[in-house]
Amino acid sequence: MGHDGKDLAVGGFELSGRWQASTFLAAGSSSFADFLTMAAPDLLPRAQHGEGIVPSGVATAAGGAADLAHGTTIVTAVCDAGVVMAGDRRATAGNMIAQRDIEKVFRSDEYSCVGISGVAGIGVDLVRLFAVELEHYEKLEGRSLSLEGKANRLAGLVKANLGGAMQGLVAVPLLAGFDEETGTGRIFSFDVAGGKYEEQRFATIGSGSVFARGSLKKLYRDGMSVADVVLVLMQALYDAADDDSATGGPDMSRRIYPVVTTVTADGYQRLTDSEAGQYAEAVVAERMQLPDGPAAPLRSGSAKS
Amino acid sequence: MPFGYVSPEQVMKDKADYARRRITQIRSGVVISCESGILFVAPNPSRALKKFSELYDRIAFAAVGRYNEFETLRKAGVRYADMTGFQYDRRDVTARGLADWYGQVLGSLFTDSPKPYEVEIVVAQVGKAPADDEIYRITFEGSVADEREFVVIGGQADRVAAVIKERYSATMSLTDAMRLAIASLASQGDGAAEPVTSSELEVGLLERDRAHRAFRRITGARLDALVGEATAGGGAIGGSAASSAAPAADGAAEEPPGDGTPNPADAD
Repeated sequence: MGHDGKDLAVGGFELSGRWQASTFLAAGSSSFADFLTMAAPDLLPRAQHGEGIVPSGVATAAGGAADLAHGTTIVTAVCDAGVVMAGDRRATAGNMIAQRDIEKVFRSDEYSCVGISGVAGIGVDLVRLFAVELEHYEKLEGRSLSLEGKANRLAGLVKANLGGAMQGLVAVPLLAGFDEETGTGRIFSFDVAGGKYEEQRFATIGSGSVFARGSLKKLYRDGMSVADVVLVLMQALYDAADDDSATGGPDMSRRIYPVVTTVTADGYQRLTDSEAGQYAEAVVAERMQLPDGPAAPLRSGSAKS
Repeated sequence: MPFGYVSPEQVMKDKADYARRRITQIRSGVVISCESGILFVAPNPSRALKKFSELYDRIAFAAVGRYNEFETLRKAGVRYADMTGFQYDRRDVTARGLADWYGQVLGSLFTDSPKPYEVEIVVAQVGKAPADDEIYRITFEGSVADEREFVVIGGQADRVAAVIKERYSATMSLTDAMRLAIASLASQGDGAAEPVTSSELEVGLLERDRAHRAFRRITGARLDALVGEATAGGGAIGGSAASSAAPAADGAAEEPPGDGTPNPADAD
C-alpha cells in the first residue's frame, strides 16, 4: 500500500521502476528528457560514459566508430519568408556507402527543423528526442518554447552525449526555425560540448560543409526568396558532393534528391520529391554546360544577379 | 487517525460517497462525436485553467472535478503517452491503452489514498469515420466505460445525456453538434434555458481530417462564429427538463463550492 512512503504500484503490486504510476504522477518539470533521465535513462540517445553501452576505446579500435553509418552534409540559409534547410541523402561507413536515401533533415515542431551530421544512430535518436521534448513541453505548458528556448534545449541534449562524443560517437545538429516574435528565420549551430552559436545568413555542417560554405558565400544574397534559396542550397550541395566523397549528389538514375524543408510563418513544410527533383534537375542540367556552376562576379561592385 | 475498527466496506462506501457527492456538484461537460471529429464543450469561465487537452496525436483528454487533481492526471497521461510513443512507435499509443492505464491509476488511488480523487475523465480518440471513434469514460474509483457516440461527465450527466440522446445522429455537422451541446448544457441547473455565450465556454475539437496532431482549441473569433451559427440556426434550444429552483454550482474549473445544490441528478 502507499502509506509507507513507498511508490504506489499500478494494480496493487509492485512494478519494477519505470512504469510505476507514481513516476508519472509526481510533480516535475515540463522537460521530457528530464523525465526520461529519472524514469528510463536507458532510452536516452546517448552513449554511456566510460563503462556503459560503449566500451571505452571503441573509437580507436580497428573499425570502431568509423564503421558506423555517418551522415554527411547539411546546409541551411535564411530567406525573406523564413529559413530553408537541405541535406544530401548519403550515409557512409568508412569508405563504403551505407545508405543512399537516408534522411537527415527532420521536422522538430511546427516552426523549426533540425539537420544532423555525424553518427547517424545517435543523431536520429537525438532529433527524435528533441521533437518529443518540444511537443511534450507544448502539451504540458499549453504554449510552445521560444526559438531561443528550443536552441538551448537542443544544446543541452547534445551536451549530454559528450562522453560518447569523446569516444568517437559524434553527432551534431543544425537548428533552423522561424521566430514568431521577430518574424524572421534564424539558424543555430552546436558543438559536442553543448556550445550553441547563432549563425547569420547561412550555415553548413558535416564532411562536405567546407565546400558547401564556399559555394554559399559566392551565391547567397540577402533577401532572397524561398525558391532562390532552395536553388542556392542545391548548388551548394552539388559543390559539396563534387569535392567530398562522403556527400551524395542528386541521384538522377534512382531519382533520389536532397531533402529540402522550409520553415516560414505558415509553418514547416517539406518539398515533395518531385519538387526537390525539379530544382536538382535544373542544377544538374546547368552543370552539363558549366561543371563548376555559376560564376560569381570578380568585383563586388559588379551587378548582382 | 481513526481509532477502533472500521470495516473495509464502510471505508470504501465512505470514500465513494464523498467523491460522488463532490462530483454531483460540478457542472457537466459533453464530448460528442460528429462528422468533422470529436467535439468537447463545457462551461468554463476560466481562460487559463483548461478542462480539455491534447494527450497524443489523435487522442485528447477531458475532465471535470478538482482542478489540481485532474491536472496531475493530465500531465501523467501526457508523460505516459510520450514515453510509450518514444519507446515503441507513435501508432502504439492508443486511447484504449491510456484509458486502461487511467483506470488502474485511479483505482489504486481510490484504494490506497485516504481521500479519493474528485474527478471524472474522458479519453477520446478520433478515427477515420465517426464509427471508428473511441470514447472512454473513467470514474473516480477507476472503472472504465466504453462509450459510443457521446458521453457526458459531471454532476448532471443523466439529465444532459438525455437531451443529447434525443437528437443525436452520427452524421451531424460541427455546427449541429455544437447546437446540441449548448442545448444539452443549458438543460442543467434551473433549466430555464440559461443563455450560453462563447466567453463562458471551453471548446475543443479532435479534427478528423487533420494530419498528425488532431486536437485544437476553438477560441476567439472562431468560437464566436461557431456559437453564433449554432444558436442562430434552428432555435433548437428548447425548454427541456426544467425542475428545481436553485442554480447549478459554479462551473469553474476550480473545486466545486462547498454548499451542495439540492437534488442534482445522480451522477453514478
